[in-house]
Amino acid sequence: MTIVKSRFFILILLFFSHFELYSNSLEKNIQELEKEIKEYINHHVLDSHDFNLLSYTKEDGTKFYLGIPLPVILWDDGLAIFSSSKFKHGKSVVKSGENFYKLYHGKIYKTDSSGKIYYDNNKNVINTSPIDFSITKGVVSIIFVSIIMFFLFRNLANSYKKNKMMAKGIGRFFEPIVLYIRDEIAIPNIGEKHYKRYMSFLLTLFFFIWICNMVGLTPLGINVTGNIAVTFCLALLTFIITTVSGTKYYWKHIFWMPGMPLPMKIIMAPIELLGVIIKPFTLMIRLYANIMAGHIVMMTLISMIFIFRNWIGSSLSFMLAFFIAIIEILVALLQAYIFTILSALYFGFAVEEEHDH
Amino acid sequence: MEIPAIVGGGLIVIGVGIGIGGIGRGAMEAIGRQPDAYGKIQTAMLIGAALVEGIGFAAMFVL
Repeated sequence: MTIVKSRFFILILLFFSHFELYSNSLEKNIQELEKEIKEYINHHVLDSHDFNLLSYTKEDGTKFYLGIPLPVILWDDGLAIFSSSKFKHGKSVVKSGENFYKLYHGKIYKTDSSGKIYYDNNKNVINTSPIDFSITKGVVSIIFVSIIMFFLFRNLANSYKKNKMMAKGIGRFFEPIVLYIRDEIAIPNIGEKHYKRYMSFLLTLFFFIWICNMVGLTPLGINVTGNIAVTFCLALLTFIITTVSGTKYYWKHIFWMPGMPLPMKIIMAPIELLGVIIKPFTLMIRLYANIMAGHIVMMTLISMIFIFRNWIGSSLSFMLAFFIAIIEILVALLQAYIFTILSALYFGFAVEEEHDH
Repeated sequence: MEIPAIVGGGLIVIGVGIGIGGIGRGAMEAIGRQPDAYGKIQTAMLIGAALVEGIGFAAMFVL
């Protein structure tokens, strides 16, 4: 009963907050605000060429940015390297060698000296873009996480050496997790005989995804695992290892499933072959979409504060954002776990040996 | 976004919700019957839920 009542109460609050919102003649203002929020969320979620911590519009209309510019590396009939601060956040054209480049909505395009961007009928940019090897925000974050992991686990390994097989310090926290991955993920799914070969990959995968997810929840605005290129590479590694370590038995099960009538075998072979591709594909999409969706939901709820502009709506959206943030901490761990356990499962399929059905 | 796409998104969410709900319910009942197998059931539940979720996300991308 109390739940129903409180829900009813919230509905009434929402109704009044809407009422207040629209009774103010702010509609045009709000539309502009919504557009700005959309851009803001896009900027947060996508990769960028500089490490921007915050930006706001000053009273005189100019924009203020706080952040670190990162190197831009382009391959366009020769190498072009310059700092991303030269773009002035998309405002100015950069001349490098003979070519001119312009940053437009987070992408680098080749232009002329006036920095003109051409569109086709569907408002798509038709300027050519050079091959971009830049050290972007995502790359910096990956390097950062790698360094953290390197020192963390080197210390853990060293502390075993020093303290006669007893972990110390931060190792006390990580040892149970490592053991959990060995005993609950690797051994049951891959099997006693082969699991050791895959342990290093599984551990790296788990901790890399977990730490990246957790770093993404800080206000730095890093979104590494919510980038489909990163998850694509992780899934590709799983795919390569599965394919390389596949035994005769594994391939036999894919192309010529034993114990099935002949017509079924012919139907099943392409489906199973498709399954080989679909498995890493869903790994990629799952991680990417979960983290991306989480970031967008959180940013939207925080932005709602500025749309509501009254204490009822704002406090409600703050509470919701807080709730989602706590769920995201859980999701960060869960997605790392799912990715690892599914990879282990696929490796298990690959190294499985002949047995009676 | 156009209206058919929005309706499709809603249908996806309904389908995935029913799917994950069913998995959760099955896991709950299984744990109720065999509390000792909690860990194993939880692992299986998470894998199943992740697979259903993956299909949902894949459908969202097609949208």
